[in-house]
Amino acid sequence: MPTLGADMTVGTLLAWMKKPGDEVKRGEIIAEVDTDKGVIEVEVFTNGIIEKLLIEPGAEVPVGTVLAIIREPGAEVSSATTPSPAEALKPAAVVSPSQLESRVHISPAARKLATELGVDISRVTGTGSGGRIQRVDIERAAAAKLTDVVVRDAAGERQARMRRTIAAAMARSKREIPHYYLSTTIDMSNPMAWLAEENLKRPVVDRLLYGVLLIKAVALALHEVPELNSVWKDEKLNVSKEINVGVAISLRQGGLVAPALLGTDKQNLDELMKNFRDLVKRARAGSLRSSELSEPTITLTSLGERGAESVFGIIYPPQVAIVGFGRPMEWPRTMDGQIVLRPAIKATLSADHRVSDGHRGSLFLTAIDRLLQEPGKL
Amino acid sequence: MTQDEIRATVLRILGEIAPEADLTRLKSNVSFRDQLDIDSMDFLNFVIALDEELDVRIPESDYPKLSTLDACVELFSSRTAVKDAP
Repeated sequence: MPTLGADMTVGTLLAWMKKPGDEVKRGEIIAEVDTDKGVIEVEVFTNGIIEKLLIEPGAEVPVGTVLAIIREPGAEVSSATTPSPAEALKPAAVVSPSQLESRVHISPAARKLATELGVDISRVTGTGSGGRIQRVDIERAAAAKLTDVVVRDAAGERQARMRRTIAAAMARSKREIPHYYLSTTIDMSNPMAWLAEENLKRPVVDRLLYGVLLIKAVALALHEVPELNSVWKDEKLNVSKEINVGVAISLRQGGLVAPALLGTDKQNLDELMKNFRDLVKRARAGSLRSSELSEPTITLTSLGERGAESVFGIIYPPQVAIVGFGRPMEWPRTMDGQIVLRPAIKATLSADHRVSDGHRGSLFLTAIDRLLQEPGKL
Repeated sequence: MTQDEIRATVLRILGEIAPEADLTRLKSNVSFRDQLDIDSMDFLNFVIALDEELDVRIPESDYPKLSTLDACVELFSSRTAVKDAP
């Protein structure tokens, strides 16, 4: 059971996407797991052949539990080191009726459609392999106008669980991490003008949001202050080789997740925009992938659209920094002896004082500002 | 397309973007953003869907004209061949 964040302790296996004997490649989806952050698609981190599935759907197991044995190419069939299914399989936890909804054997596409159509999947009979619910079953159920009362109960319970999870992670962060806070005001005249001109040339489907400029600027600024792109583990700093900016996304049913745009610094703005759109869509549909939740190296949060001028975030452990952006505002600034109004945003940094200090944090914010002034180079 | 059809299309797209919203309570002359929990990504998806379904090009400069249901109907009525309602 992969850990999908410092706050995750258990997960419930919902379904296997593969069976023994299947060949798998790194990055393929092997299973669906139910967590406090929603249903997550678990990816394989190695190439090989599925030798054994050790956990059965419906079982709630602690993080770190071996779910399956994958034999790497050329490796011999494992024996002594392989936990027996009896040893590995933990008894399924007792679940409330409202939790049953999330343990139904259902494809991700069907689950998404069910959410969209308000169909109670616990009352749908699957016609796929092994009784798996497919899109066609959801469409049929929607046509039959099944009620969604149980779904609403389950959604409420999931929201409460997510709230508790966020509370635990944030309390731990405030208890263990000595935060320091910095802020700066960034003149957005250049990036806004560049963006308006750029979007004028683009069909609507290819237009950029100014949020992707912020994401890219943060990613590139981390090259200059790499200790902020790190995790604090075992009482020491581990600087990450990859830059995976996690973006805080509010969920419609309440709560939030901060999945990563993997390899953020290597993506151009078009790729980032496309992937950001996809990430938001999947986060809200409950179909994130395990790597997106386990590999963010810094978090970016923007509350500007909710009206806040600035946000001083709480670091999500084991990360060591969170960057915040407030709403665009008119900024009275002196230029050439005149007071002029410029569009601007407040950028903030909350960082872990065990690994950096205000001097380095300030350089980081300055780098973001400088990079944003040349948006065409992002 | 009639004004009622434009209105229905806008409401259907909004319903897809904010499925939790009770659109029967939507005030047609009040900003969507003041009534619905939508952000800039939602608004972009809204504009993309309008563009595709109504086949009307919408420059960014027109975004303020899409802030309410009434404004949407007015904008698209002026840019599509509007039939009189039966």
